[in-house]
Formats: sequence, structure tokens, C-alpha cells
Amino acid sequence: MEDQEIVKEFLIESNDNLSRLEQEMVELERRPRDTELLASVFRTFHTIKGTCGFLGYGKLERVAHQAENVLSQLRSGSQTFTSGLASLVLEAVDVLRRHLRAIEAGGQEAAEDSADLCRRLEEASRGSACTLSEAASPAEVEASAQKVSGGVADSAIRVDVHLLDKLMNLVGELVLTRNQILQFSAQQEGAALSATSQRLNLITSELQEGVMKTRMQPIGVVWNKLPRLVRDVATACGKQIALELEGADTEMDKTIIEAIKDPLTHIVRNCGDHGIERTEVRLGRGKPAQGRISLRAFHEGGQVIIEIGDDGGGVDTEKVKAKAVLNGLIRPDQAERLGEREALNLLFLPGFSTAEKVTNVSGRGVGMDVVRTNIEKIGGTVDLSSRFGEGTTVKLKIPLTLAIIPGLVVTLGDCRGEAPNGKKGKGGQHFVIPQVSLVELVRLEGEAALRSIERIRNTAVYRLRGNLLPVVYLREVLGLEGLAVDSDTINIAVLQAEDRQFGLVVEGVKDTQEIVVKPLGKHLKGLNCYAGATIMGDGRVALILDVMGIAQKCGEVAGGHERTRVESDMRLENVADTKQTYLLFRAGPFERLAVPLSLVARLEEFPLSHVERAANHLVVQYRGQILPLVPLAQILEPGSADTAGSQDPVQAIVFSDGDRRIGLLVDQLLDIVDDAVSVRQVSGRKGLLGSAVIGKLVTDMLDLDAVICSASGVWNQEEAEVPEGATVMLAEGSTFSRGILRASLEMAGYRVVEASTAAEALTQLARVKVNVVVTALDLPGGGGYEFLEKMRKDPSLAGVPVLALAASAGDTSQRAAQPGAFQDYLIRGDRDAMLRSIHRLASVLNSQSAAPEPTVEKG
Amino acid sequence: MLTTGTISSLESSSRSLSGQYSTFDVAGFYFGIDVLQVQEVLRYQRMTPVPLAPAVIEGLINLRGQIVTAMDMRQRLGLPPRADGETAMNVVVRTEEGVVSLLVDEIGDVVEAESSSFERPPENLDPAIRNLVRGIHKLKDRLLLVLDTDQTLKLDTGNGQSLN
Repeated sequence: MEDQEIVKEFLIESNDNLSRLEQEMVELERRPRDTELLASVFRTFHTIKGTCGFLGYGKLERVAHQAENVLSQLRSGSQTFTSGLASLVLEAVDVLRRHLRAIEAGGQEAAEDSADLCRRLEEASRGSACTLSEAASPAEVEASAQKVSGGVADSAIRVDVHLLDKLMNLVGELVLTRNQILQFSAQQEGAALSATSQRLNLITSELQEGVMKTRMQPIGVVWNKLPRLVRDVATACGKQIALELEGADTEMDKTIIEAIKDPLTHIVRNCGDHGIERTEVRLGRGKPAQGRISLRAFHEGGQVIIEIGDDGGGVDTEKVKAKAVLNGLIRPDQAERLGEREALNLLFLPGFSTAEKVTNVSGRGVGMDVVRTNIEKIGGTVDLSSRFGEGTTVKLKIPLTLAIIPGLVVTLGDCRGEAPNGKKGKGGQHFVIPQVSLVELVRLEGEAALRSIERIRNTAVYRLRGNLLPVVYLREVLGLEGLAVDSDTINIAVLQAEDRQFGLVVEGVKDTQEIVVKPLGKHLKGLNCYAGATIMGDGRVALILDVMGIAQKCGEVAGGHERTRVESDMRLENVADTKQTYLLFRAGPFERLAVPLSLVARLEEFPLSHVERAANHLVVQYRGQILPLVPLAQILEPGSADTAGSQDPVQAIVFSDGDRRIGLLVDQLLDIVDDAVSVRQVSGRKGLLGSAVIGKLVTDMLDLDAVICSASGVWNQEEAEVPEGATVMLAEGSTFSRGILRASLEMAGYRVVEASTAAEALTQLARVKVNVVVTALDLPGGGGYEFLEKMRKDPSLAGVPVLALAASAGDTSQRAAQPGAFQDYLIRGDRDAMLRSIHRLASVLNSQSAAPEPTVEKG
Repeated sequence: MLTTGTISSLESSSRSLSGQYSTFDVAGFYFGIDVLQVQEVLRYQRMTPVPLAPAVIEGLINLRGQIVTAMDMRQRLGLPPRADGETAMNVVVRTEEGVVSLLVDEIGDVVEAESSSFERPPENLDPAIRNLVRGIHKLKDRLLLVLDTDQTLKLDTGNGQSLN
């Protein structure tokens, strides 16, 4: 029994139960027909039996089991209650007590073997006349019952949780009063007062801590159930799963423990059912046959972190997207644009389940959304990360307690010269930001401060270490008039709301305090900017800001262009075209260029003096690496003047692909806009996709792949692990789409053979040996399926895997109609997924046959 | 919900035909609230304004550790604001939905009124006021308007008072 906590709880509970049992037995002797009473006695034995079994106390379990048998006979009416039976049962109670005492003293059951008692109980349950042992006359039973004293059972009492809640509230009040007294005594002279208030301070803090502790429970209380759960899931699914628990003694508030019980169970069940693969699959993937689910709980920064991880198959984001499209949660065109993280977020949408079949364990599509809702309700967050093929980790961040939280006090307006009547708009006002949501504080001073927050259209942004951080002014969010007081300094609180970060500009930053959260009255409940209110040390009321609410509100204000607004995006079903966020910039003769912001890794400024020349290329030392810089204008129009590279500082848009990075030098960043764009006019110029109207002006869309491709001489390349000579046939009608795919494939190190029709593709295949064929479903000259059929007729092409390229995830629904036709289905534009599957297939092929002739053919 | 509301207001209106009223002045109007509903009466309290709240919500006050919403009666009744320098008094009332403080100009005495002096509010009374008044007691020297606290605290209905 490693876990002393559990044993201790078991002892307290069992002693309580036994005491009740004795009373009930005595009562039962008087009213033997009271079935309810009998049922209660039966239940109590049953509970004890169950717990003993769980903890591995075999003797206890045996005795309890036999006693339970006797009682069940009584309950079913096959025996009548006699005082002889009662004595026998009470005797069993005594034996149980003796064992419990022995466990308490030495951690083990008493040495006595209760075989005799068990035998007699068994006989009694079979209906034989019961024989009392001499040692168990009723008088003695009572005497021994009274002897039970001392030890754990007496050092602990059960307290009503409501009483603890009330104590907690009172302590909250006391903390506030303490804060006020402290502030008051700081202004007064007098050693006696200050000494007393110091003492009050200490005692209050200790009291607060003590009362908080009374409500703390180890998380193990919830975890106890998991081994059983995992075992059941494993059996039901025919898998082998080991469960690892770490940090079961991590304590948190009882109310929070209650709240996380269900979400936790759900996640673990999901891990077992969806996460861990079946044994055959695992062995096939080179993993140990036994899957592993690990739970880890620990304290970090005033929060409890619970990580639930499995070493299963991970989340197949493609499947998730396809499923989401199938369920009508998102549209195919939205799905195409989703990144890895955003796709994972789909799992949290209501009505989502990736399990292919609904099992009795899970898969009914009620799940992760409920998990998230429940966790967020108690101020926690859920984060899901997954590596396809390697496993999934869910990370829960939970506050320790809900009643008293640490918060940062910030101010608006001038708080030094307090307006005495406190009229609206005059004087300063305090607000509290919950520490949980605060990522960091940025303080900008002097001249630089004024220019550091750039406004592009309605969106204010700040470059935080190169990342664009959307910024909102608290004053504006709250609709307050007036301007910031002498703003030679700017304070930005960087806040975390769900997956996005934003900066909140406040006018003053005070200190961090423990604050007591009080609810707002009914009239103010509708304001989602506030999470509640608290009373400050000076007795004034301060509003607690609700970071999520503010994020939503500033989303309205600034047009919310952060990366993971998938959900709200998806709910805007009525918007005809989904908008995308574009970064607009100027480079040389190109006045207005655009690139999707989602592709941009960072925006950087480098002093010209830092730009070096290496092997005739511009480079800059950047984060311990050498970042190649490419003047964009010269790629788009060779020979044009390099205006971007001679500015000081130079402006660079950094793109990254895995470990590789490249910086495109541009003249000026213009704007960030949300717009629904379709390329209106295809451009013939290399490096441009075409022109479109973005933000009401004609804008050239950068063909990022092409640009990077032509700059690939300088692309900071670390050799990609590509099977040697892997050749991909790209059969696709659209030149535009082919161009993009070709670039991505070549960048990833593949040789590419292109074909624009089915006939052309077949001719090419006859000439060149390819490892993988990628064909569009709408391939000119018969379509993808017909092309596949023709291919399959040729025995020399039999082993070549064919991937289908669908315009939207909806097309893949045909998969069911023609099973096994294609190796895999890809959605046009999802480059990463395509590269992954090609890579996988090509390497399998390569291991089977000799490397093919390296050939590149253009279609 | 609606039904119980109606019943309770009927009950309280019959209760308020006679009894003791805690009285106060708002812009020259003489109001009364059933004394049993009034928790306490306070001088001006320091107020924390709540940005974005309905205009009638003047702010939050700290009532011995309890945070109480303060509603300005002048705003609520659609009357002009108090002149600069005049501070409001608090009439703290207990309601089913918690404690709310009504901001008024002056606090009056507790007066006793007979049911015989009670009358429904006249039809031609300014609707902004009429909607929030149960009736009028004709006292010897002046008229006492009996405030309907339920209606007063209900911001989503009533007399078209702008909430923003």
C-alpha cells in the first residue's frame, strides 16, 4: 500500500461505517422486518468489502463477504432474523475492527485468521443453526466496540462542505479587512498599532492557508477510479494498456476536484478507445504491444497542470478535417486552409467524433466539447497536442481554488491625484487582471513608446519579439472617453485568451495581490468584460476583467484576425466566402503585394549593419542561425533596383518550413486585412499567382512557393530526408495548381513528372519510372478514376501507389463507393499531408525495389 | 415566472396600502418604500463606476465587504442629473435578487400612512414615473409616491429608459 492517503481515508470511512453498522444492527434486532434498514446494513458491508478488495486486504474482504452473504439471505427472505444471527454479524464487525486497528498500527491486517468465524458465517448463510463462539457474547461486543479509540479515526472528523464554504467566505472577508487595516496602519504613527496589524496580517494569512487546506483533496481521489476504467476499456476494445499515474498527491480544491472528475474520465477513456491502437497495429508500427496512458499532475505557477498522454496513433488531422466536413461542421474550402493546430481544435466542436464506429466506450460525438466547457467553467484551459503516429497529449490547466485568486492590479487614468467625489470620468480606476491569463508585461518608455504601437487600419499591433501582437486599449474596450495621461510610457499586458494572445494597453500597473472574487449583481451579469469584482486594500471596489470577454469584444473592435479563430469563423456560416487574413506590403516596383498571413512566420527588422554578405548572398545572424535574406523585388523582376536591401533598418518577412528559414526583404509593410479573395486574373509573371482585389485595391498575390523555389539556392537548407530518386508523377489539369504542387514537391526533394491529361500521363508513365502517382480526381481525359483503371490494366504499373487529389473533402466521400481504389486521398492545397503520404509510400517502395532512374520531365 | 411575479407584486401592493414607509426625495418628488424592504440608509459612499454598464447603474459600492450595485433614481426616472457638488444618498433595499442601493437626493423620515389615503396613480402622471409607482398616499402636507421596487430594478422592461 504505497498510498498512505487512501489507506487513511479507508480507515476513517470504515470506522464510521462500522459504528453505524452496530447501531443499525441493534436497531434491526428491534425491528427485524424493516427492509430499508436491512438494505442499509447490507450496503455498508458491501462497501467495506469492495474497498478491502481494492486495497488488497484479503482477510477483511473474506469476513465482510461472508457477513454480506448472511445479510443477503435475510434480505431475500430465505432466512429470518434471529438474535443469534445478529450476534454473528456483530462478531464479524469486531473482527473487522481488529483488522482495521492492526492496519492503522502496522499497515497490515491482524495476524488472526478468522477462518472459524467465516465458517460459521457460511454455515449461517446456508441456514444451519448458528453457533456462537464463546468470545463473542453481546456484552463483550459492546465493550470491545468502545475500546476503539485513538489513532486516525479520532484525529479526523467529517465536516459538512457547506460549513467549509462558509468558513472560506468569512476568511475572504477577513483578508479584505486585513488589507484595509494594513493600509490604514501604514498611514498612522504608533508602534503598537503597527505591531498589532503585522500580527493580524500573519495570522490572517495562516488562517487563509489553513482554511484553504481544509478544502484541499489530493487528485488521487479521482484517479483511484482510473485503473479500473482503463482495464475495462482495454478489455472492451481488445487492447493492452498500461496506466501510469504520477503526482497523485497533488492537492486541489474540493469543488475543482468534483468539476474535473468527469472531464478527466472522459479524456482517459478517449485515450484508451481512440488513442491506443490495437495490438496488431502497434506491433506493425514497431511499438511495444502494450499501450501506455500516463497521467501527470503537478503544481505550476499557482495552477495545477494535469497532463494525460498516450503513445497511441495520434490524431490524423486529415481524417479529422474530412470528418468535420462530412458532419457539416465546416466547409471543404475551410478545411483546406486549416493548419495542424486548427484541425486539432475541431475535436472540441460539439458533435464531433473521429472514431469510425460508435462503441459502447465512446464515439457518440458528445465529448471533447463538454470537456472543454466544463474545464473552462472553472477557469481552466484545455490544450491538445498530437503527433500523428506517436501519440496525443491533453494538457489541463486548472486553478487551485476559485475563491481567492492572484491578480495584477492595473489602472486607467491618474490614480495619484484622486478626485474626492469619485465622479465618473474623473480620477483613476483600478482593474484586476487574473494572473492566470497574464503572459507578460511590456513597458515601453520614451520616444520609442509612441511609435512602437503601429496602427494598420483599425488594428493596432505591436511587434513583440518579431511576432505581430494585436493590441487593444483598455480605455477603448471599455468605451471610456478621454485620452491616456501623459503617455511617455506605454504598458502592455500580454494576455492569453484560449489559443490567442493579445496585448491590452493599460495606463498604470500596480502590484500583484491575492484578491477575493465576488460576483457582480444581476444588473451587471450581462457584461462579459468582467469576471466579478473585488475590494481593494483601500476599501474601494475594483472590477476583475474577464480576459475571454475582452478578447471577444476586441475581436469585434479590431476584426479579430488571429490564427485560431476557427470556431467563430465556422459559425459564420452565412458569410459567403470565408475570409483570410493577408499581409500587404510593397517591394520595389510592386506597389501592393499580398501573402496569406498564416504563412508568415515572423516580421523582422534588422539594422543594415547586421546584414552580412556570405557567398554573394545577403544573410543575417538570427536566433543562432544564419538567415538568408532575399530581396523580393529582384526575384520578381530580375535586374530591378534593390531598394529594400539598402534601407536601414531592413524589413524582412520571415517564412519557415520546418528548420529552414528565409527572409524576404521588402520595402514597406502596408496593412493586414481580412478579405475573401479569389484570384481574378492569373499572372504570367514568375513568382506571382495573379491579381486580386484585396481591401478594394488591386493587389498582386505572391506565389510563395515559386518565389522560395527560385530563391532556393539560398534557402537555408538542411538536407531533407528524401528517399533517393523518389519520383512523383503529377497528373493535374490545372496549370496553376500543378505549379504550386510541383514547387512544394521539389522543395521537399522529390523529382516531379508532370502531366496535364490522362493520356499524357500514361505516355509519361511508359517512359519514366515513377514511385508515386498523384492524380486529380477531375483529371482531363476521363477523370482520376478512369485513369486509375487504365493504369491498373498495365501490369508494369501494378505496384505503383496512386494518390487522389480532391478539390474538396466532399469529393472524398466517393471513397466509400470505390473502396481501395486509391492509396490515399488528399485535398488540394494541403501540402503537408500530401508530402507525408508520398514520403511514406515512396520509402516503402524504395525498400522493395531498386532506386529508379532519376529523371525529371516537364509536361 | 411571470405568474409568480404578478402574484408577489399583487401581494406586496396590497401590503403597501397601509404601513410604514421609509421616505426620500428625488428631484422634488417624495417617494416611499415599505420600511421592511429597506436594509439601511447611508450617506454618500465612494463609488466605482462600471464602464459599459447601463446608464442607470451609477457604480459599485463596498458595503462592509459586500459589493452592492448602486442605481441612480434620477436616471431611472428620466429626471435631470444632480447639480455638480451635490452628492447622493443611498437607500439600500433588499430584494429577491440581492441587495441594491438606490441613489436619492435626500433622506426623509419614516412615515405611517393609512390605507384610506391610498389611491392608484393618476392616468396623466408622466409614464416614466407612473410605471415605477404603485400608488399615491395623500398625506396631510404632501403626496407620497409609493415606489414599486420590483419594477424599478427591472431594467429590461418599463418606461423606455435607455439602458446604454
